[in-house]
Amino acid sequence: MWKILHQVARAGIASEPPPEPDDALRTSAEALRGELLATLGRALAIRHVDAGSCNACELEIHALENPYYNLEGLGIRFVASPRHADLLLVTGPVSRNMALALRRTWEAVPDPKLVVAIGDCGSGCGLLGENYATCGPVASVLPVDVAVPGCPPPPLEILRGILTAVRQRKG
Amino acid sequence: MRRLGVDFLALGGALPAWHAAVGAAHWHDAARHAHASGVRLVSLWGTDRRAAGGTLVVSAAYALPEGIAWLDLPLRDESAGYPDLAGLYPAAIRLQRATADLLGIAPAGATDTRPWLDHGAWTERHPLRIDPAPNPEPASRDYPFVRVEGDGVHEIAVGPVHAGTIEPGHFRFSVVGEKVLRLEERLGYAHKGMEQRLARCAPLEGHRLAGRISGDSTVAYAWAYAMALEAATGCAVPPRAAHLRALLLERERVANHLGDLGALGNDGAFAFGLAQFSRLREDWLRLSRAAFGHRLLMDTVVPGGVAVDVDDATAPRLLAQCDAIEIEVRRLRAIYDEHAGLQDRFAGTGRVSAELAAQLGLVGLAARASGRPGDLRCDQPWAPYDRLAVRQAAHSAGDVAARVAVRFDELMESLRLIRALLGDLPEGGSRVTVVVRPSPGFGTGRAEGWRGEVFVALELGADGRIVRCHVHDPSWHDWPVVEHAVIGNIVPDFPLINKSFNLSYSGHDL
Repeated sequence: MWKILHQVARAGIASEPPPEPDDALRTSAEALRGELLATLGRALAIRHVDAGSCNACELEIHALENPYYNLEGLGIRFVASPRHADLLLVTGPVSRNMALALRRTWEAVPDPKLVVAIGDCGSGCGLLGENYATCGPVASVLPVDVAVPGCPPPPLEILRGILTAVRQRKG
Repeated sequence: MRRLGVDFLALGGALPAWHAAVGAAHWHDAARHAHASGVRLVSLWGTDRRAAGGTLVVSAAYALPEGIAWLDLPLRDESAGYPDLAGLYPAAIRLQRATADLLGIAPAGATDTRPWLDHGAWTERHPLRIDPAPNPEPASRDYPFVRVEGDGVHEIAVGPVHAGTIEPGHFRFSVVGEKVLRLEERLGYAHKGMEQRLARCAPLEGHRLAGRISGDSTVAYAWAYAMALEAATGCAVPPRAAHLRALLLERERVANHLGDLGALGNDGAFAFGLAQFSRLREDWLRLSRAAFGHRLLMDTVVPGGVAVDVDDATAPRLLAQCDAIEIEVRRLRAIYDEHAGLQDRFAGTGRVSAELAAQLGLVGLAARASGRPGDLRCDQPWAPYDRLAVRQAAHSAGDVAARVAVRFDELMESLRLIRALLGDLPEGGSRVTVVVRPSPGFGTGRAEGWRGEVFVALELGADGRIVRCHVHDPSWHDWPVVEHAVIGNIVPDFPLINKSFNLSYSGHDL
C-alpha cells in the first residue's frame, strides 16, 4: 500500500491548469460548471457510440478521460446507458450494419438530447464516405448538433466540441 | 522453389514470398502438407479477375519458415465451390464465410454457411465482384445463434452498443448462474467496405486507407501496405527509412501497451493503474505529436519511405522519454505484481492452454502468452530488425496475468529497440519515389504490429491500378479463441478477459 501512496504522491496532480486566456474552450472551470448547470440543471452525462469507426477516435475519447484533462472535475462523465445520457458522442462513418443500433440508442436518450459527431468520418469530411457498407456522416442518420473534424481529433478538440454543443443549447 | 508439393515463383520485396496457382486437388494437398508440418495459415481471401479475362479466384497465404507462400486456386466453375480448409485450420471458417459474403464463392460442403460480415443491410451483394448486384431490400437480418439448452441455462445478449468506449460487436453468452457455458460472437458491425475502397484508390494513395483499417495499428498497416506496393513495383527503400519505420512501429507498440496495462488494471478494479498508465500514455502521445506531427502517427509511413524524420534536437527528447517511462513502468510493474487483489483477478482467468492455442491457431501477443512463440521481428527479421536481435516475450500460463506480463516485457524491449534505432540511424534520404508502371504485379507486406502480424496481399493490373488489395488483421485468428477462453469463467470476468486480448473489431470487420 505504501508503494501505491508513494507513487500517487510522486506523480502528483497531472491535471493541467484550465484557463488559457485566448482559449475560448476553458475560460475557467467554474464558469464551465455553471454553464452546464444552467443548461442542463446538472452535470453532463455522455454516452459514446462507435458506429463504424477505425477505433482511432475511440483512443482519443479514452485519452480525454486521463488525468490531464480532469473531465470529471468539469462535471462531465461517461455513462453506461443511453437512458442516463444527455449527450450522444458518435464516431465513424455510420456503417449500414450499425445504423439500426445507432438509431435505437438515440431513441433511448431522453429529451432534450444533444448529438456530437466525432472525427472526419463522422463529420463527413474524411477518407471514408458513403458506399455500399456505410451511410456516410452521422448526420445522415441522426440530427447532429456539433461535428468535430480531425483524424482523429485530439482530446481537447473533442472537449471543445462537447462544450460547444452545450453552449449552443443554452443559447 | 518447391514447397508443400507445389512449384512456386519468387516475388520480390523486403520479406521473402512465393506465389503459385494450383488446381483443387493441390489446394487441399498443400493445406494438408502445411498443417502436418506445423505451418500457420496467415489468411484466406478471394479475388475477381474476370475483368482481365481470368476467373474468380480463392487465395491462401501460409507462413513457411522461409517466407510467405501465396496460393491461388482459380475457380472454373464457381458454383462447384472449392475444398474446405476448416477441418485443418479452424480460423479458415470465418475467413471462408467472409469470402462468401464479399465474392459469392464458398467452400464445398461447409457446415457453417451463415453470412458473417454481410448482415443484410448492404446496398450491394458480393461487393468485391466486378459486377456487384444491387441489394433490393437492404435491412439488418436476425442471426441464428447456436442455442444451449438445459436446466437453468439462460442467455445474456451484449452489444453491438457496449457500456463503455468500445468498438461495436455482439456477444451472446449462455450461462448457468454466473458461469459461462458458451460464448458466441457476432462481428461485422464496423464493416466499411475497406477492401472495395482500396481497389478503387490510386496505388500511391492506398497507405492512407490502410492506415485507417485499425487506428491503433496505423503504422503496422501503412508499413505492410507500403511494403507490398514496393514489392509489386520493385522499389527498394533507403536504410534510413527502414530504421525510421521501425522506430515508429515500436512507438506504436509502447503507446498501445501503456494504454492496455492501465485499462487492465481498471478492469481488475484497480483504478490507480488506469490513472497512472493513461498519464504515461498521454506523455507518449504528446511527444509523438511534437516529433512526428501526429499523436497516433497516422500517415507517417508512405510508399517509398517515411514522411517524417528525426533531427538532432528531437533524438535526445525521444531518448530521455524512454528513460523516464522505463523508470515509471518498473515502479508500476512492482505495484501490479504485489497487489493481491489484482493478481487474484489476473491469475488463472481466461486461460488458453498451449494445446488449445496450437489447435485454434492463436497468433501474436496472445500466443506468446500461451507458450506459442512467433514474432515476425525474430522469426523473419527484415531490415532493420535483422540487426537488432529482438528478444521475444515468452510466457506459458495463457491467462490474463500472462498477457499482462507479455505486455510489460514487450514494452521494455521496445524501449531498448527505440534506443538502439536512434543510436544507429543511417545517414541519407528517408524517402524515394515509387514508380507504378502499367504492368501487372504481385506483392506482399507483413509487419509485426503490437497485436500480431498484419498481412497485405496486393495485386496490380496491366493498367497499373489495384485489382485487389487484401488486408488481414491478426484478430481474425484470435477472436474465435476468445470464445474458448471465457468458458467456465464468470460473466463479470469477461470484460477483463476481452481486454487482455484487446482484439480489433474494425481491423477484423474491414
